[in-house]
Parts: sequence; structure tokens; C-alpha cells
Amino acid sequence: MTAVRRYPVLVALCLAALFMIVPFLIVAVNAIKSPAEYSQNGPLSLPDGLYLDGLKDFWERVDYSQKLVNSVLISGSVALLATVLSVLNAYAIGVGRIKGRTWVLAFFVLANMLPQEALVYPVYYLSKEVGLYDTRLSVIIVFTVIQAAFGTYLLSSVLGQFPREIIEAARIDGADKWQVLWRIVVPVSRPTLGVLLVFFFIWTWNEFLLPLVMLISNDNQTVSVALGVLQGQRLMDATMTNAAALLGVLPAIVFFLVFQRTLTRGIAVGAVK
Amino acid sequence: MTVTVERDARVVGKDHGSRPSRRPRTSYALFLLPGILAFLAVVVLPFVMNTYVSFTDWQGVGSPTWSGLANYRELMDDSEFWASFRHSLFMVVAMAAVPTVIGLVLAAALFDYVGKHFGSRVAAVLRACFYLPQVLPIAVAGIVWSWILAPDNGSLNALLNAVGLGSWQQDWLGDPDIALYSVMGVMVWVQIGFPLVVFMAGLQRVDPQLYEAAELDGAGWWRRFWHITLPQIRPETYVVLTWCSIAALKVFGAVYVLTKGGPGGATNVPSYFSFTTFFEKTQVGYGAAISTVLTVIILALSLVGLKLQTRAEDAEEGARA
Repeated sequence: MTAVRRYPVLVALCLAALFMIVPFLIVAVNAIKSPAEYSQNGPLSLPDGLYLDGLKDFWERVDYSQKLVNSVLISGSVALLATVLSVLNAYAIGVGRIKGRTWVLAFFVLANMLPQEALVYPVYYLSKEVGLYDTRLSVIIVFTVIQAAFGTYLLSSVLGQFPREIIEAARIDGADKWQVLWRIVVPVSRPTLGVLLVFFFIWTWNEFLLPLVMLISNDNQTVSVALGVLQGQRLMDATMTNAAALLGVLPAIVFFLVFQRTLTRGIAVGAVK
Repeated sequence: MTVTVERDARVVGKDHGSRPSRRPRTSYALFLLPGILAFLAVVVLPFVMNTYVSFTDWQGVGSPTWSGLANYRELMDDSEFWASFRHSLFMVVAMAAVPTVIGLVLAAALFDYVGKHFGSRVAAVLRACFYLPQVLPIAVAGIVWSWILAPDNGSLNALLNAVGLGSWQQDWLGDPDIALYSVMGVMVWVQIGFPLVVFMAGLQRVDPQLYEAAELDGAGWWRRFWHITLPQIRPETYVVLTWCSIAALKVFGAVYVLTKGGPGGATNVPSYFSFTTFFEKTQVGYGAAISTVLTVIILALSLVGLKLQTRAEDAEEGARA
């Protein structure tokens, strides 16, 4: 292989990668243009200067701070609660090797594969019955359970391989099952739990259908729902759309930069087992 | 101090017989209790309700009246329903088939080519670019693309104009003949990162000597891809195909934001169809029937996928042993 033959492939791959990130760049460039500049020069020109009023207007119009708070609150609670629930389930299945564990596991896996479309109306109806409709709590409860289904599946196989000598030793030293779980199993499995936390957080952040149905009032909506609804109603002009897109993209890019290692490692873990 | 006491207690317990052997099982099952209860309430109960409602005539108020298979019979004659499932097949092509093929080639190229000759850092940066859309909420991806594909002053049309291909300009999302393909294009962009990352992780467990031996024997890149890479990552391929196909059948947010199923139903998909039937037409029984059919298809697909995956993994372990 000569270097001359290698470079065309690298160049082709770089062009393909550029194509993937061009939409992000184009949005960023247009979000800082003034409407006049946009209508005069079109979407492809570079901005003359920094115009932040579009972003500011949009932020105030949709009360973006409140949306961020809602998203962080919902996704954070779900990530924590779903991880705890996954650990409890997986401890019983993987370490405890309870009777009929294969069936219990199959039950969780199938529950995870169910489309939300087959749950959405009853969840909507039942939450109205019990007075949880249009509360952030309703969404937290539902996603905690749905995410924990995947977490149980993944963690059970990880904990199934937990070194039994460590558990035996702790038991002989007098630790009960609860202590073994929190003082030994959880600390040792911390890397996998970290992966679960990150995934649950981002997945919940990105969810659309159920939050769209359940969170109708402005004060409860998440970032994804608020932006999606606005766009679906076609109420925005081009500058507004770009501001919305940029504000929606930014948190995702922050997560991406912070969690990139965890994300790619986690996908691999999740896929292979 | 306590430890010794506890230890003694255990020994005493052993003398009494039953305790140590009976206690573990019951108390491990207790850890499962919150999970099972939450599942019954949040997943099983709604699912059973949805299935029941699909056999009834119900507008969401009052009590449902039993109508047997009437909803399903109506579905069979509903051209909108068949169209939505046909569009689902297009989505499977866009979200599963195409990204898997492209992902395979990209992963092999990044791993076996860029990684080897330009360093793993370069490969990692490129991989990150392809993966980025996966972290984006689908609703936000929809906003980005509906603006890029806009008929007036959209970036794509502006770009075509700028390079002298002005006659290629289209109303990408508004023309019934093109809209579905535009949505497919967006979904390919969204989806490519997932297979790529899974395949690159899978390739790390392939014995590098296989590639070296093949290269010494004079096998070119495509031969190595065909005879080493493909067979080696067959289990990952099944996982990716299954997961992506399921995601394709469920696609909702992108359609909601990009086209609302339009124009004229040209991009309607089952999940969006059931959503509008539930909440806009309030034909809850009919919507439940649509989502039940979708569920049956997805569960069948999951079982086939799991089966293929286990078989591929078994075969691979057999080959290794």
C-alpha cells in the first residue's frame, strides 16, 4: 500500500464526516444572523457580525430556562430511579439466581420492546383517573419503568458474572444481602452503572411521544416537546427556527462532549450482550 | 466484635438446620418486588387495557362497547392503514438496511484502514462526527432538517442554486412524490452512527493476525472485508438490524416534526396514524387496534432477531472452540 493510494480513502471519509456535521454548522451560522441579513444573503452566507437578539427573543418566548429545568429534572430523576430499580432487579436475577429467572428476564426484555404506542392511551387515561395527568411526575414514573427494563436486561448478565467469592466472603463476615448489595456489588459495578445513568438521562431527554401526550401545559414541557410542538405548528420564521434548532442542539453537543467515551463504550456493551 | 457474634450465630443456625438454606431464596426475590409491581402497573396493565380496547368501540369517554373483531376487519379495508405500513417498509430500508450497509463499510474502513495507517485518534474523531446525530433529540433533528429542506430559502435549494443546479430545486417535504424519500434521507443521517459504533466495537475482538495473514497473501481491501470482516461481525449485524428495524417501525417524532404525515398522507406511518386516531379523531378502539397490530409485528421481529443473534453467537463460539 502506498501513501498515494491511502489518502483518497481518508479524504473521502473526511468529506462524508463533514457532510454529517454540516447541518450543525449551518444552523449555528444562521442562528447568529439578523433577519434582514438572512433574507438578503440567504442561508449559505457567512454572518457579518454577531446578532444574538434572535436567540434571546426565542429564549424568552418559549421560557427556555423553564424547559431546561423540566428536562433536567425529569431526565435526572429517571436516570437515578431507573438505575436503582435496575440494580434491585438485576441483583435478584444475576446474583440471587432466583427461581424462574429466565422467565422474569424474558418478561422485562419483552416489556422493553413493546412500542409506546401500545401503552400511550391507557397511560394517558389512567393518569387522568389518578390525577397525575400533566405532571412531570407521571412522565418520571413511566420512563423509570421503561428504562429499567433495559437496565435489568443489561445488568443481569453483568451481575451474573460477579465473582462469587467476594459475596461469599462478605456473607461469612456477617453482611446481610442488603449490605452486600450496597457495600460490595454497587461499588464494584460502578462503571456499568455510570453507563446506564448516562444512557437513561439522554434517552429520556430525547423522548417525544409520551411527553407530548402527557405534558400539555407550558410549565411542564421538556425541551424536546416544546421545540417539536412549535415546529409542528409552523409558527416560526426562518430566524426563529434557527434559534430553536441551535438551542435544541447545544445540550446534545454538551452531553456528547462530556460523555463521548461512556456513550460509545455503552453502546458496545449493550449490543454485544 | 459483632462479626464474631454473628459468625457464632450462623454456626448455631446451621445446627438447627433449615434457616441458612431457606432464607436466601425468599429474600432475594424480595429485591424483585418493587420492579415487578411497577411493571404490572405501568406496562402490563396499560398493555392489557390497550388490547382489550382494540376489541371495542370507544371514544375515550363513557364505557367501551364490545365490538369483537370489527376494528380489525375495518383495518383490512382501510387504505390509509395499508399505506402507513408500506411507508414503514421504506423506513426499515432507510433506518436499518442502508445504515447497516454504510455502517459496515465505514467501520471497516475506519478500523482497518484509517486506524492502522493514520492512528486511532483520527479514526475516533471521524467516528464521533458520524455518531453526533444520534445524541440529538429526534424533534430537534426534525427542526434542523425541515429548515434545510424548506422550499423557499432552504439551504439545500440555495446550495443547488449556487452550484448551478437550480433546476433540481424541489419542495422536498411538500411534494407528495418526494416527501417520503426526503424523510428517508433524514433518517439515514440520524441513524448511521449507531451501526458504525457497534461495528467498530465488534471489530476490536477480531484477531488482527487474520488481517495480516490475508494481506500477506495479497488479498485486497474488498476481499478482506468480504471474507474476514463480514463473517466475523455477524452477531453484531443481527443485533443492529433487529434494533434498527424496531426503531424504524416505531418512528414518530421525525414524522410529527417534518411532515405531520403529509402531504396527503404520503409520509404517514403506523405510530403517527395511531396517534392521530387516538388524540385527534378520538377513535380510541380503532387506534388501539392499529397499535396492537404494530406491537405484534414488533414482537415477532424481536423474537426472530434474538433467535438469529443467539444462533450466530453459538456458531461463532463453536468455530472458536
